Amino acid sequence: MSAAAPSQFASAKFREARTIDWAELEQRIRAIERGKAATLSDEDLLELPVLYRAALSSLSVARETSLDTDLVAYLEALCARAYFVLYGVQPPLRRRIAAYFGASWPLAMRSLARETVIAVLMMVLGAVAAYCLVASDPSWYHSIVPEGLAGGRGPQSSAAELRQTLYDNGGDSNNMLGVFATYLFTHNAQISLLCFALGFAFGVPTLLLLVYNGCILGAFMAVFASKGLALPLSAWLSIHGTTELFAIAIAGAAGLRIGMAVAFPGKLSRTAATTKAGRTATFAMIGVVLMLAVAGLLEGVGRQLIQSDAIRVAIGGSALAGWLLYFYVFPVRAEDENG
Amino acid sequence: MAKARAAPGARTDKESSWRTFVTPEGVDLKLDIASVGERAGAMMFDLMVIVVTLVVFTVFLLFVLAGSGQVLAQAIAMIWLLGFFALRNGYFAIFELGPRAATPGKRLMKLRVVSRDGSRLRGHQVIARNAMRELELFLPLSFTAYQSSQGMGDFATGLVGLLWTGMFALFPLFNRDRLRVGDLIAGTWVVRVPQRSLSHSVATHVAPEQARYVFTDAHLSIYGEFELQKLEEVLRRNDDYSMLVVARTIRERLGITVPEGDEYAFLEAYYTALCQRLERGMLFGKRKKDKYQR
Repeated sequence: MSAAAPSQFASAKFREARTIDWAELEQRIRAIERGKAATLSDEDLLELPVLYRAALSSLSVARETSLDTDLVAYLEALCARAYFVLYGVQPPLRRRIAAYFGASWPLAMRSLARETVIAVLMMVLGAVAAYCLVASDPSWYHSIVPEGLAGGRGPQSSAAELRQTLYDNGGDSNNMLGVFATYLFTHNAQISLLCFALGFAFGVPTLLLLVYNGCILGAFMAVFASKGLALPLSAWLSIHGTTELFAIAIAGAAGLRIGMAVAFPGKLSRTAATTKAGRTATFAMIGVVLMLAVAGLLEGVGRQLIQSDAIRVAIGGSALAGWLLYFYVFPVRAEDENG
Repeated sequence: MAKARAAPGARTDKESSWRTFVTPEGVDLKLDIASVGERAGAMMFDLMVIVVTLVVFTVFLLFVLAGSGQVLAQAIAMIWLLGFFALRNGYFAIFELGPRAATPGKRLMKLRVVSRDGSRLRGHQVIARNAMRELELFLPLSFTAYQSSQGMGDFATGLVGLLWTGMFALFPLFNRDRLRVGDLIAGTWVVRVPQRSLSHSVATHVAPEQARYVFTDAHLSIYGEFELQKLEEVLRRNDDYSMLVVARTIRERLGITVPEGDEYAFLEAYYTALCQRLERGMLFGKRKKDKYQR
């Protein structure tokens, strides 16, 4: 503060000297936020971190020396925006995708192995229970299988009708096949999303959903088995079912992991434990959606074109073997995970 | 989370929305957590966009496939089944993965999604927080729809079910950081990122030679930073009535006479003098928070 201009503010001078730099930073940040980063020259981009650090240092100085709230608020907003632009930079998409398939997904599956076994057991339990129920009293079928999913199949159908649903070649356009297939896909995707999300309620609803999903399977099996069609049904189911049911079991496992973290966080805080479990569970869930898409492809194409039981089982079996090899045997380097 | 220094004026407020957020350079950016109202508003806007998109598609199909009965019904059913599913799961994620980490609704409300630990927002976090929406929003909605389609026969079951599902939807109301269940799982939170512009400084407008008011040391030692910032607000608002009231209060406190109609000049002069004095004190490590501090 010079004696010549005693009432000239230190903070006003500070502000005047730096306003140009702040405006420059703001303009570049705005360009990047609007997705026009390509319009900035290399020098502009290289200067960006310098301008950002200058603005941050101005903010620190302003907080300690200036009482102008407008100035401090402006600098806080500017620095926050610049921070997210500068530190939010992602590695290229291709590298992230490679890292996901090369490391994140199989690693998540390996750490979820115990929960996956539990989820599969729950589905088997439901299937066996429903099989026994429907086999002893066919009227149980209607309380287990929802109307939309039954698609007209039931204990009252004749063996010929049931056989026809297994070897339908899709020539019949009146039965809204497209809508039914869409319904099945959204139904499965929804079930797996719910399996995952409901895990937050300590995993209990997830277990119930898994058991119920097994029940539907068991009820179908009982109806077809009573007409002597158990083997053809298994073949029909296996072509896409190995992938689809495995995906639902994984979604359940992801939900259980979150539920366990919420209920028993261990040494971490509950929030930290949940976030950590959420990371693994989400990697598995992205995979589940991919698996359901593969299952949908197998169902849409394979089921219509391939009518032989042996080939159906072979395809279903090799799909399952492929998933198992990829998840649990495929060599993974943990350091690849960060892309 | 470390407790943040509260904004002036809300110093005693435990529910302050400021959170400490230290950059690698060691500066606290003091992020401001978005309120539940702002987030609900953003979500309403996004849902509206989704529904309007579906309706536009349906109307488009009605025109293109008019008169083709079966195919039309099938196409429309598929749009609402698959399209709604894809939109409600994809829309949020795709926008939040973009450079602004905000859906159009959030952008409108000046919000963005931020990783709680300060690292960059990653893809799996965005997917996690949006996969949970199925539980928070669409489960209660479909449950309500299902109940009303079944009639009110089993009212008690309906009520208990709605409470149970509503618990997740109302989760942000019951924690300090306004986290959804999805935010909790993903390790994110939603903060305000206002786009402020720098307005003129209130004080520099007065040329010292022309100052008509002279304040003594005693005059300037009455008020502190809190009052100074309130005075700044009043001067920026430039509203005659409040300036009249404030000018009268300060005048009586100081014991100075001010001619009628000269309130703005008086307040500006007093602001300048007080600000200068307090800032000089700050440089020497002496701070006067408000008028009660001696």
